[in-house]
Amino acid sequence: MDRVKTSALSGAEIVVRCLQEEAVDYVFGYPGGAVLFIYDALFKQDKVKHVLVRHEQGAVHAADGYSRSSQKVGVALVTSGPGVTNAVTGIATAYMDSIPLVVITGQVPTHAIGLDAFQECDTVGITRPIVKHNMLVKDVKDLASAMKKAFHIATTGRPGPVVVDIPKDVTAAVTEFNYPDTIQMRSYNPVRKGHAGQIRKAVQLLSEAERPMIYTGGGVILSDASELLRELVKLTGFPCTNTLMGLGAYPATDRQFLGMPGMHGTYECNNAMQHSDVLLAIGARFDDRVIGNPAHFASNPRKIIHIDIDPSSISKRVKVDVPIVGNIPDVLDELVKLLRAAPKPDISAWWKRIEEWRAKDCLKYDRNSKIIKPQFVLEKLYEVTKGDAFVTSDVGQHQMWAAQFYKFDKPRRWINSGGLGTMGFGLPAAMGVQLVNPGATVACVTGESSIQMCLQELSTCKQYRLPIKIVNLNNKYMGMVRQWQQFFHGNRYSESYMDALPDFVKLAEGYGHRGILVDKPADVEPALREAFANKKELYFLDFITDQTENVYPMIPGGKGNTEMILSEEL
Amino acid sequence: MRHLISILVENEAGALSRIAGLFSARGYNIESLTVAPTEDASMSRMTIVTSGSDDVVEQITKQLNKLIDVVKVVDLSEAEHIERELMLIKVRAGQKEREDMKRMADIFRGRIIDVSDNTYTIELTGDGRKLDAFIQALDQGAIIETVRTGTSGIGRGNRVLRV
Repeated sequence: MDRVKTSALSGAEIVVRCLQEEAVDYVFGYPGGAVLFIYDALFKQDKVKHVLVRHEQGAVHAADGYSRSSQKVGVALVTSGPGVTNAVTGIATAYMDSIPLVVITGQVPTHAIGLDAFQECDTVGITRPIVKHNMLVKDVKDLASAMKKAFHIATTGRPGPVVVDIPKDVTAAVTEFNYPDTIQMRSYNPVRKGHAGQIRKAVQLLSEAERPMIYTGGGVILSDASELLRELVKLTGFPCTNTLMGLGAYPATDRQFLGMPGMHGTYECNNAMQHSDVLLAIGARFDDRVIGNPAHFASNPRKIIHIDIDPSSISKRVKVDVPIVGNIPDVLDELVKLLRAAPKPDISAWWKRIEEWRAKDCLKYDRNSKIIKPQFVLEKLYEVTKGDAFVTSDVGQHQMWAAQFYKFDKPRRWINSGGLGTMGFGLPAAMGVQLVNPGATVACVTGESSIQMCLQELSTCKQYRLPIKIVNLNNKYMGMVRQWQQFFHGNRYSESYMDALPDFVKLAEGYGHRGILVDKPADVEPALREAFANKKELYFLDFITDQTENVYPMIPGGKGNTEMILSEEL
Repeated sequence: MRHLISILVENEAGALSRIAGLFSARGYNIESLTVAPTEDASMSRMTIVTSGSDDVVEQITKQLNKLIDVVKVVDLSEAEHIERELMLIKVRAGQKEREDMKRMADIFRGRIIDVSDNTYTIELTGDGRKLDAFIQALDQGAIIETVRTGTSGIGRGNRVLRV
C-alpha cells in the first residue's frame, strides 16, 4: 500500500480530506448531531461543496442523479438514526440500478452503541441487504482506509452504493492521516477480460445467426460502452434494443433500434426478442419486466450469449448458452475485433419480418384529442429540447411514456429508477444532474402523485438556483395503478384518485419558482418553449392530461412477451 | 438435493449476518451453519448445509462469492469429502438404565463425559445420519437434552480450500 503521509487530523477532517483526495466536488446531505464534527470540517474548507437538501431521501437521490449523469461517484452525508432511515429508500434505489455511491452516515459514539441511545439505529444492519458493502468504522486509525475501500468497491466491478458508518467519537479522535493510493483486497478482485474461448463461441453463433437480436441494459451505460455498442451494431447490421435502464446506449433515432423491450416495450421489439434465434445480451439481467413469463420466454428455443460483469446475473432467470463474465468494454472490444474477420450472415428475411412488426405502429395514439394526451406532451418535449435534454423521471405511466416517446440518442441522458421503481426519485435526481451538468437542459418528467413524494426539494432547487423544468403530467390519478385496476380489478379504482391536489402553479411560486397551468393541446408547445427558453429559473409545468389514457403496449403480469395488449387505436 | 458449502470469510464484524441475511433475503434454505476462526485468525471458515435444485445452488455460490467479505466458496458435495458433526446428549441413567446406556454409547463410539446420580452426558461425533441413528436407537423417554454443532466438512485427499 502506497501511502501519502501528512500531519495528524481529526476523524472529521480525515473524512473531508478523503473526499478531496477522491476529487469529490459535491456532497449532498443534511446535518445532525452525529455528524456535527464532519460538518464543522466541511465548513473550514471550500474544495468540497455541500448541497443542503430538505430530506435525506433527496440527498441520496441527488447523489444518484449526479452519478448517473456523469460517470462519477455520488456522495451523500446524513446523520444517525432518522437520517439513515430516511436515506434507506435512496440507497435501495441506487442498489437496484447498480449506481456507485458512497453514503457517509453518522453514528452515536462507540460507547453508546447498542444502548438505545438518542438517534441510534443499527445502520449496518438496516442497510445490509441494500448495499454493495457497508462498514462501521470503530477506530479512527481505520477511517482513511475504510473511505478508500468504499470508493474502490462502489466504483469497480458491478458498481453499487457503499455505506460508511462513523460514530461521533471517531470523528473527534485524532490520528495521522495516510490516504492509500491503491487498495488490495484478497476477497474482492472483479474480473475485466472475458474468457477468450467463450468470446470465440459467441462469434461463431453470431456469424451463423438467421434471426439475431442485440439486447442491452444498464451495464452498457454504467461501463461507458456505448461507443463500442454502436460499433458492434453497425458492424453486424443486427437489430438492437435497450432496456429501460439502457436507453441512450444506442441512438433511438437509428433504424436498427427497435425501441424498448418488455412490459411496455414495442411490438416489434418484443416480437424480435421472442422469435430471435441468437440473442446477445449485454449488461442486462432478463428481469421480470423485460422477459415477462420466463417459461413463455424459454418456449422459443434460441441461443443466448450473455456478457455481464456479475456472474450472479448469468443464468439467474434464464438459462444462458454462452456466458461471458467480464468488463463490457473489454469484452466488446475483443468481440468486435473477431467479428470484423468473421462472415456476416444474411438476415434480410429477418429484417423483413421486423419491418412488418414495426409497421403496426404500436405507439400510435389519438392526435386529434381535445384533451391533452400525455404522449403528445412528451413528443413536444422532445422537439422543444431537440432531443438533447437530460430527462429524469419518477415512476408510473409518465415514466413509460417518457421512455417510449423521448428518443434518447446519448447515454446518461435518461435518469430513472428502473429496478426499485421509486416514486419521488425524479426531482432530487434532477438536482444532482443539473449540478454536475451546469448549463445543460434538465427536465423532470413526473406525475401529480410522484412529484408530491419529494416535493420539499423545490426549496433546495431555489437555494442552489437550479433551473430544472418540471413536466407534470397531471391526470389526477396514480395512473399506472389506475390502469392495472381498469385491466385487472374490474374498474374498481381503489384509492388511486388523487383528491385535494394543490394548485401547483401557486405552489411553485410559493417556493420562488415559476409555474404554468396548461389544459389545452394548443398551449403545450408554447408553454414548453417559454419554460425551456428560460435558463435561470425553475418552471413547474402542470399539464392537465387525459385521465383515462393507458400505456400501450402492455404485457400483463405472468404473460409472455408476445401476449401484448395493444392500444384501441390499432 | 443436499449440498455442503464451505466458505472462507474475512473475520470481520457482521460477516456472519451478511451470509445468514443473504440466505433469508433470497429464500435459500439453511439446514445448519457452523463457523469458527481458522489457523489464520483473520479468516473464519464456515460450513453451510443447504438444499435446492442445481440452479438454486449455483445462484447460492455466486451470491456468496459476490459478498465483499467472502474470500472463497466451494461446494464440497461436488466431490469426495468428509463431514462430521458433534453432539452432546444428556440422557437418563439411573441404577436401572446405567449399564444399557453405557453399552449403547460404546456401540456408537460415544464417550461419556459427565456423570451424575441419574444422568450421563454423552459426546458423539459422526456424520449427521449417525447422530440421528443414535437418537433413534435410544428410548425417547431417556433423552433429557441434546445439542448439535451442525455439520463441518473438508475435502478428501488433495482437495483443499485455502487462500
